[in-house]
Amino acid sequence: MNTDLRESLQREFPHLEFLHEKEDLIPYSFDGTAAHYSQAELVVFPKTTEDVSRLVRFASDRSVPIVTRGSGSGLSGGSLPIPGGLIVCLSKMDRILEVDTKNLCLRAEAGAITAQIAQAADAAGLFYPPDPGSMRISTIGGNIAENSGGLRGLKYGVTRDYVMGLEVVLASGEVIFTGSKCVKDVAGYSLRDLFIGSEGTLGIVTQVVLKLIPKPQARRTLLAIYNKMEDAAETVSAIIAAKIIPCTLEFLDAMTINSVEDYAKVGLPRDAAAILLMETDGPSGAVEDEAAKMADLARQHHAREVKIAQTAEESFQLAEARRAAFSALARVAPTTILEDATVPRSELARTVKFIQETADRYGLKVGTFGHMGDGNLHPTFLTNEKNEEEMHRVESAMKDIFDFAVGLGGTITGEHGVGVAKKPFLAKALGDLNISVMRQVKKSFDPKGILNPGKIFDL
Amino acid sequence: MSDSLRSLNYLDLQQCMHCGMCLPTCPTYTETQNERNGPRGRISLMRAIADGRLDVTKTFGEEMYFCLGCLACETACPAGVQYGHLFETARAEIEHSAVLANPKRNAIRSTLLKGLFTRPRLLRFVGRLLWLYRASGAQAIFRGLKLNRLLPEKLRGLEAQTPVAQAKFSHELIPPVMGQGRKVALLTGCVQDIVLADVNRDTAEVLAANGCEVHTPPVQPCCGSLHAHNGEPDTARLLARRMLDLINPADYDAIITNAAGCGSHLKTYGRLLADDPAYRERAEAWSAKLKDVHEWLDLIGLRKPQSPENPCKVTYHEACHLCHGQKITKQPRSVLKAIPGLELTELGESTWCCGSAGIYNITQPEMSAKLLKRKVDHIGKTGADVVAAANPGCHLQIANGLREAGSDATVAHPISLLAQAYRTERDRSAAP
Repeated sequence: MNTDLRESLQREFPHLEFLHEKEDLIPYSFDGTAAHYSQAELVVFPKTTEDVSRLVRFASDRSVPIVTRGSGSGLSGGSLPIPGGLIVCLSKMDRILEVDTKNLCLRAEAGAITAQIAQAADAAGLFYPPDPGSMRISTIGGNIAENSGGLRGLKYGVTRDYVMGLEVVLASGEVIFTGSKCVKDVAGYSLRDLFIGSEGTLGIVTQVVLKLIPKPQARRTLLAIYNKMEDAAETVSAIIAAKIIPCTLEFLDAMTINSVEDYAKVGLPRDAAAILLMETDGPSGAVEDEAAKMADLARQHHAREVKIAQTAEESFQLAEARRAAFSALARVAPTTILEDATVPRSELARTVKFIQETADRYGLKVGTFGHMGDGNLHPTFLTNEKNEEEMHRVESAMKDIFDFAVGLGGTITGEHGVGVAKKPFLAKALGDLNISVMRQVKKSFDPKGILNPGKIFDL
Repeated sequence: MSDSLRSLNYLDLQQCMHCGMCLPTCPTYTETQNERNGPRGRISLMRAIADGRLDVTKTFGEEMYFCLGCLACETACPAGVQYGHLFETARAEIEHSAVLANPKRNAIRSTLLKGLFTRPRLLRFVGRLLWLYRASGAQAIFRGLKLNRLLPEKLRGLEAQTPVAQAKFSHELIPPVMGQGRKVALLTGCVQDIVLADVNRDTAEVLAANGCEVHTPPVQPCCGSLHAHNGEPDTARLLARRMLDLINPADYDAIITNAAGCGSHLKTYGRLLADDPAYRERAEAWSAKLKDVHEWLDLIGLRKPQSPENPCKVTYHEACHLCHGQKITKQPRSVLKAIPGLELTELGESTWCCGSAGIYNITQPEMSAKLLKRKVDHIGKTGADVVAAANPGCHLQIANGLREAGSDATVAHPISLLAQAYRTERDRSAAP
């Protein structure tokens, strides 16, 4: 970004904090996605929606691209800087403004941390279910931008299912509120839904109203241990087929189990081929019943052991360990490339097997874990970005896996978004017509193309 | 061992996959919410230097000295990044490239790190002066006349923090050999020896009461942790060699330390001297035998004192280099729980740094004061009479914080509380 532009921004917004020294910018030049780096040029921290609105107007007048950023824990490069652009970092607009126990909802600024929102709900005796793995640092604005999932997606859905209303700064700098505190609201198009998962390309979310639900009475966590990966996958299909919807059905393969255990030391079986972490919640009687049925199904599908967590502490530890899976895999190799392929749940066993075979075929190391109950798998390639030849093999293997998933009626990303990492595969999942409709939507919201251009698809 | 970011094993930097899980545990990031002030940002700068995309600049130097080195990020990191190692390498590189050099800083560093903390006898002499400053009434006069006003503003808070040197140092309190049983060497530290020598005496007594033959060499060098943590690896290696010359690990079942910061560093002697053929093996043996006193008591099985119940409400502050540096969290609590009548109340954010962090409270007084206030507020909420802490830096820092806040709570090493219980037990059995 040229110095004149920077100086006029700083003159225009003397009350805001800007970062422009090299040492300040390097840490804003990446997100949680491996092997993606793009040099940041200017970062600004707005304090209010009004600041954001004025910043966008300034950028729009001069056609300066804007990337909105929260904690930078995204996993598809959605918040990577754009050359010549401005980074609007909302992490300091982080207040939880209201917990409305009469309407069961919560209002927060976009930079509020997801775990803190969950805690605020909990303190009021309520429950905010979406729980992305990075919830202790991710911002709610980022969750909305990527429509993040989490461990409880199977029963409770994803971020989209809890967004009642959004305050959004449009590409013109105008501010709208879309949605309401009403459970039923069908007045006009649901613009709210367009912004969710739009990865910062249609508008900048500054405030959010989230739906809360009553806390489940009871919770049971089970751990099933397998000698064969496919048995774990088949257990999942069997549970779904038995019309049981637990809140969590998480899968970890041998490589992931060992990495997680190195970190969390919660006593996971290091010699197992796979484990399933299962959780059911709801009224106490029903929970016991469901837990017993799931344990039975696991045993019928050759689980060598089924353990039931005896205390809340034990359940919590298991879930926390699972949340760390992605980062823990980084212990194995210098670069960890996490994928996000999703398939219909009946196809899980085949997919798990295909991923392993693909890795073997290309001579690559892969760790697979994921939200198996949602059909959302995270094959994670353990490689080294400095080894170009191996990185080509990783690309080929990923392509094969995406082809396979799409061929089964699945998709290329279940919860991380497209960003820049999945762009090459988007047409495969959606087809050209879908993308062309999306381009028209983008044009009508952002005619000058200043909001996170080049993410999801090229204009 | 490499002392420069460019010659560091690049894999150590790549280990960070910038997931951000460390950020909510970093006291400086939490305070400023700027990426540069968090572990992920600092590692990205180190990597940029290793890649040749950034020079070792003054700003980088200041950033690395803004980091507390509390290692909370290491505990939080699922990927197992060895932040402590990266941090020490970065600070060594900063000193080597002299980006922060200025006459005042150089003078202070060479006086303190190279002059004072490498000479145990001189350090004791300074300790004696400190004791005299207080005992002679000079301190009272200084404070009475408010001479503090003559000091530069940044340093005014420091005089109040002048540590109270004890009248007797470790070698005057502890016989060179005491007790019977497993043979252990007790390290007395440098700061601990002067301002908290009682803690060393208590440690020797507790070890003896738990079946150990305790050897305490009367004049011991500083362990070098201050040097390693402040970019002087060569001096740290020199001190480590001196320590190994004085105490041969082969002669002992264990080498015991009671100071968290020292212990965290003492356990790295193996790595520190890995390239030194004359000392490598001994250093490895040393690292294997080096035990924090709580860890050791837990290993050999702590004997519960049979003293009468003495009701006392205690809370436990976890020294960073004990809980994050050495992963010792349960053992000190076991020690406290073994004391009859002691009620242990958990401290909110017990593993959050108190702001002492070696000499951080002197180099970064503002951030240090913020962290201290946060700590003292949490202590207030527990209603505890005593705060147990197992590191001299934390001990002095928290004691100052409590005094300034007008609190009656006191600070004590867990081992001192245990030693007191053994003493009560002994006195009772000696009574007719």
